Amino acid sequence: MLEAADLAAERGGRSVFRGVSFTLAPGMALTLTGPNGAGKTTLLRLIAGLGRPSAGRLLWQGEDAFADRAAHARRLSLVGHQDALKPGFTVAEALAHEARIAGVDPAHAGAAMVAFGLAHLADAPIRVLSAGQRRRVALARLPLARRRLWLLDEPTVALDHAGVAALGAVMAAHRAAGGIIIASSHLPLPLPNAAQLRFNIRPEAQAA
Amino acid sequence: MSAFFGMLRRDLALARRNAGDTLAAVAFFLLAAGLFPFGVGPAPELLARIAAGVVWVAALLAALLPLERLIGADYEDGTLDQALLSGLDPAQVAGAKAAAHWLVTGLPLLIASPVAAVMLHLPLAALPVLLAALALGSVVLSLLGTAGAALTLGARRGGVLLPLLVLPLAIPALIFGVAAVDAAAAGLAVRPHLAMLAAIAAVALPLCPIAAGAALRAATE
Repeated sequence: MLEAADLAAERGGRSVFRGVSFTLAPGMALTLTGPNGAGKTTLLRLIAGLGRPSAGRLLWQGEDAFADRAAHARRLSLVGHQDALKPGFTVAEALAHEARIAGVDPAHAGAAMVAFGLAHLADAPIRVLSAGQRRRVALARLPLARRRLWLLDEPTVALDHAGVAALGAVMAAHRAAGGIIIASSHLPLPLPNAAQLRFNIRPEAQAA
Repeated sequence: MSAFFGMLRRDLALARRNAGDTLAAVAFFLLAAGLFPFGVGPAPELLARIAAGVVWVAALLAALLPLERLIGADYEDGTLDQALLSGLDPAQVAGAKAAAHWLVTGLPLLIASPVAAVMLHLPLAALPVLLAALALGSVVLSLLGTAGAALTLGARRGGVLLPLLVLPLAIPALIFGVAAVDAAAAGLAVRPHLAMLAAIAAVALPLCPIAAGAALRAATE
């Protein structure tokens, strides 16, 4: 259970958003929509613990999530705008390293590759992959690390239809297993029955 | 701790893939040390007198070369965000980076240092002390360098700022490191100097990763 109570964020002394509240039970998903600059990425990074809220609280199972940031980090995965991949590694090597860092047996990397249709690219260096293929590798971290809370920032950018379908299947399995997903997107996401949080740029922010 | 060793292992694998970076640092080190006979003249007594200082300063400068990319590359491609979300304390993330820098740059420089020392006519009797002092000194440099690299993340012209930040802090290690070798060459006791170097390393070992960790946290907020 993830609960946000009146979260607010500032950037450079200016309010980005405030009064964000939601409650997500296991299996639930939340999509963040709104114009560029409205604070979707800021909110996702803030929930991940990269950044501090200027007001409000984030609760996990009723307890302050940021009291122990390391423990909080161990229950979430963040896929941001950057794929965080080293061009010199092959797909299989990159995922094996990810697995070891996440404390998972690297042998599971194979299943994660299959889930995102990457099996035939296992020995391809990341440097030769297309943007969509890199995104698939970045997303393959999600089923690999097996964290409870997934934070996805525009996860379908650069993905083709098959990639979106693969992500949909992986997200459905995650929710069926009691996982929680928060995703921002300008495109429709394959997240049935997701709650929606709409960001609006407030008039005073627009005037400034 | 699996995340710590996982990160270290990835950095070492990456360094093996980009072995040119290590070779460049070692080549720079030998070349910089090799320039001195041309600059000050090839008189063996003079070279022997300055050998320890030259080896130390050249190693110091060579160790700076990979620092800008040490954390900067991770910062730019998003790997740093993922590292801070691995469940490690930011100071442990910085510690893994410092360990990687020492293994990838400090240790190769240490191994290459006898070559530079012999080139500069350092008395052979002083060579073991030079190695012992550089072993401790390179650890201090990796720790200071990691803190400097973390503090200059995201700064414009961080590559210029970094040496300005790290080099003054390395002066105490340089003084005791060279003094140890000079003492050995003069037949005096070397232990006090090495003990001071060890003390500097013992202070830097907890403080630098903590400072670097705070800087990493600040850079990603």
